[in-house]
Amino acid sequence: MPQPALSVRQLNHFYGQGTLRKQVLFDINVQIYPGEIVILTGPSGSGKTTLLTLLGSLRSAQEGSLKVLGHELLQANQQQMILIRRNIGYIFQAHNLLNFLTAYQNVELALELQNSSTEEADLRIKKILIAVGLEQHMNDYPSALSGGQKQRVAIARALVGQPKLILADEPTAALDKQSGRDVVALLQQLAKDQNCTILLVTHDHRILDIADRIIYMEDGRLIPDPGLAALPAISG
Amino acid sequence: MPKKPLFLAWLQLRKEHARLLVAIAGISFAGVLMFLQLGFRGALFSSAVEFHQSLNGDLVMLSSRYRSLISLDRFTERRLYQIAGVKEVASVSPVYLNFVQWRNPDNKEIWDIYAIGINPEDQVLQLAGVAENYQKLREPDTVLFNQGSRSEFGPIAQHLQQRTSISTEVDERSVQVRGLFQLSPTFGINAYLVTSDLNFLRLAEFRQPGLIDIGVIKLRPGTDLPATLAKLKSRLLPDVRILTKAEYIQAEIAFWNTSTPVGYTFDLGVVIAFIVGAVIVYQILYSDVTDHLPEYATLKAMGFTDRYLLMVVYQESLILATLGFIPGVLIALGLYQITHLATLLPMVMDLGRILFVLILTVFMCLLSATIAIRKLQTVDPADIY
Repeated sequence: MPQPALSVRQLNHFYGQGTLRKQVLFDINVQIYPGEIVILTGPSGSGKTTLLTLLGSLRSAQEGSLKVLGHELLQANQQQMILIRRNIGYIFQAHNLLNFLTAYQNVELALELQNSSTEEADLRIKKILIAVGLEQHMNDYPSALSGGQKQRVAIARALVGQPKLILADEPTAALDKQSGRDVVALLQQLAKDQNCTILLVTHDHRILDIADRIIYMEDGRLIPDPGLAALPAISG
Repeated sequence: MPKKPLFLAWLQLRKEHARLLVAIAGISFAGVLMFLQLGFRGALFSSAVEFHQSLNGDLVMLSSRYRSLISLDRFTERRLYQIAGVKEVASVSPVYLNFVQWRNPDNKEIWDIYAIGINPEDQVLQLAGVAENYQKLREPDTVLFNQGSRSEFGPIAQHLQQRTSISTEVDERSVQVRGLFQLSPTFGINAYLVTSDLNFLRLAEFRQPGLIDIGVIKLRPGTDLPATLAKLKSRLLPDVRILTKAEYIQAEIAFWNTSTPVGYTFDLGVVIAFIVGAVIVYQILYSDVTDHLPEYATLKAMGFTDRYLLMVVYQESLILATLGFIPGVLIALGLYQITHLATLLPMVMDLGRILFVLILTVFMCLLSATIAIRKLQTVDPADIY
């Protein structure tokens, strides 16, 4: 077996201080290997997003061990956390585009932290925008785009840097069935091409079939696969 | 060739035209306020010392109790002639100064005018108009009138274009205005007239001959100024003092700056303008940062450092400073011209003042940015999920 892209061991996490301190993640153990597409699902409030922000180096880990692309995040300092973020492509639930930048510039922003030449950057930005079907909207501002188009820009932004890890929180929530499938297919293709790992939090049953593996979370604990048959019951 | 970085600060400012215009207007306004206060302050000082600068001499003798052109004290001209024999001294010349009552020849109103009595043998005042006309002052009861005087004194300049002489009264004595010269009004003196020492004593009958206000001393070319000054000082009685022309100018400025409320008023005006500008820029940047917090959080999540975001806000503040400063200078130039026409004060823009206000504006914007970005450091990238 190769080194896991994500390795979580005995992870606990708490919110609040003193008497208000409340445990939200309990003894999480999971390994995800390079190239795997894993879907994390479960009811609202089960701790999925907390786990995702910990894995994304957006939140400091408290207890246990959390390794992302070979870097231990427990007790990582601010600077280390920032550097790890640069290796991860994020796709947020809300598209989180910069409203004062065009679609093209929003994607360009992700290359800002990498050393690439003008020509190479231009080529990559155009290629990825064409891949998500926005060749007609490259110079549009987010305010001129539909919800689905905005999310596709956000996906292009996450993919353009060719990250080793993609973390996505409900990426298809704002897309219609066909675009949702297209985007997921694109993610799948990227994972194969670049040995990229994808962890996807979703409630969207229409895309569960692309996952190599599905992890189910409830009340802050990962529980054994309840089987696809049980999934409609958790729809939220 | 590496990719050109995205100029986020400008892209962000440019997106919201209304906000950008408000910011530019606010900064321009602050700049104009600072320029006006500095302009008045500069006009105050430069007009106050125009007379001093025109004196044709190296040293000036004053009574030890003299403070300013509007706070005079007399001394005996013997003190001046006592040092005339020193070998470094080329010439000495007494000057009489006093406010006298001028009658506007048109509406007969009486206004105080500042009379300067000079010896027509000496070229004491290097002023345009005096050099050409001072020989006319040898005739009794003749005066030269100051072209830059306020209109309350009558349209003397217009009259003199048609006639060679105008009659009016000074201290109820009939005088002939025979020419014009150029001297700006100050905050203390609205108009001047120049006449001979003999005519001066005729007009100001209350003045005693031989008690003068200023002694102008000219040294021989190539004289060591500090050494001569020390030598002359050692020979003087304590009722008079000797200053270099530069010290005399400085003393007048210091008088206006510290012994009158005028200097302080304009200094305070500059400070208030600075604060107003800083508050405007702060408001703009703060709401800009607040509105873009989710976007900044996204940038943080993508791996941009706090430093990068701070630089964006600082760049914004510098862009605003520059864009606001340029119209500020132009508006200020227009207002200087209008103020000059209305008050005849010498409102002159100089490079030093432009640089000073530019530095103040940049400092104002950076200061505001520094306060506004405290908000930015609280952004938690985890909040965006």
